[in-house]
Amino acid sequence: MWIYERKLEFPVSIKKTDPKLAMYIMDQFTGTDGELTAAIKYLNQRFSMVTSEAISTLNDIGTEELAHIELIGSIVHQLTCGADSFDSLRNRFYRNFRGINVNFLSSGDPITDLYEDMAAEQRSRTAYENLLEIIDDPDVEAPISFLREREIVHFQRFGECLDIVRKHLEKSGMGRI
Amino acid sequence: MEKKVLLENIQTLDFMALDLHLYLNTHPRDFEALQMYNRVVASCDKCRSYYETTFGPLCSYRSAGLPNWTWSSEAWPWEAPERGDEDVDL
Repeated sequence: MWIYERKLEFPVSIKKTDPKLAMYIMDQFTGTDGELTAAIKYLNQRFSMVTSEAISTLNDIGTEELAHIELIGSIVHQLTCGADSFDSLRNRFYRNFRGINVNFLSSGDPITDLYEDMAAEQRSRTAYENLLEIIDDPDVEAPISFLREREIVHFQRFGECLDIVRKHLEKSGMGRI
Repeated sequence: MEKKVLLENIQTLDFMALDLHLYLNTHPRDFEALQMYNRVVASCDKCRSYYETTFGPLCSYRSAGLPNWTWSSEAWPWEAPERGDEDVDL
């Protein structure tokens, strides 16, 4: 169960319309390393994860990713809205992204999943860094930088989980190299 | 306090709580972090409850004693600020 709170995790207030930039940022919404994939993937991986630390981490990072979907959505929304003439552009824009082809499922193996999650956080960090290269507007830069920093924190937490899970599996005789 | 400033305070405190929360999941025995977490959440609760009594509910189905139903008519957090008639690069 989730509760909606009427605020963004980080403020977004973009004054200048820029549909081209929105198009680039959209990949962080629905792409294979986007926030949508991350949220659903982590929340699904909870079911086959081991140790209280790793399960709670997947639960809570998965939940934070839901807030990141809202952040990216707000950035794209504000970059594409403005004059009425943009409405048709915005519709066209969302139609292009109707198809999402990603694997939301967990591998079922705790070690494999945590490695996968760490890699995904790094890929996403790189994607945000590439975006920051082309962003001039400080209104867009601030929330994108925030999201980039979160990838680093999540990577760190998943790395700690990997250590904890590996020790747990070794102790219970299920360890691997 | 102004609505926007108060909401920014809540955003900041909530973010501190969230980040400490993630840290505590993998460091459950860090008592100092736990104390900080408790302090941050308590001050955020105060801000949130002041905000909600003054400006209306923040959370879905968590506020009681509402005089009017403003949930559907209030501005949403993703809404764009007012903008001028600048040239737009298409």
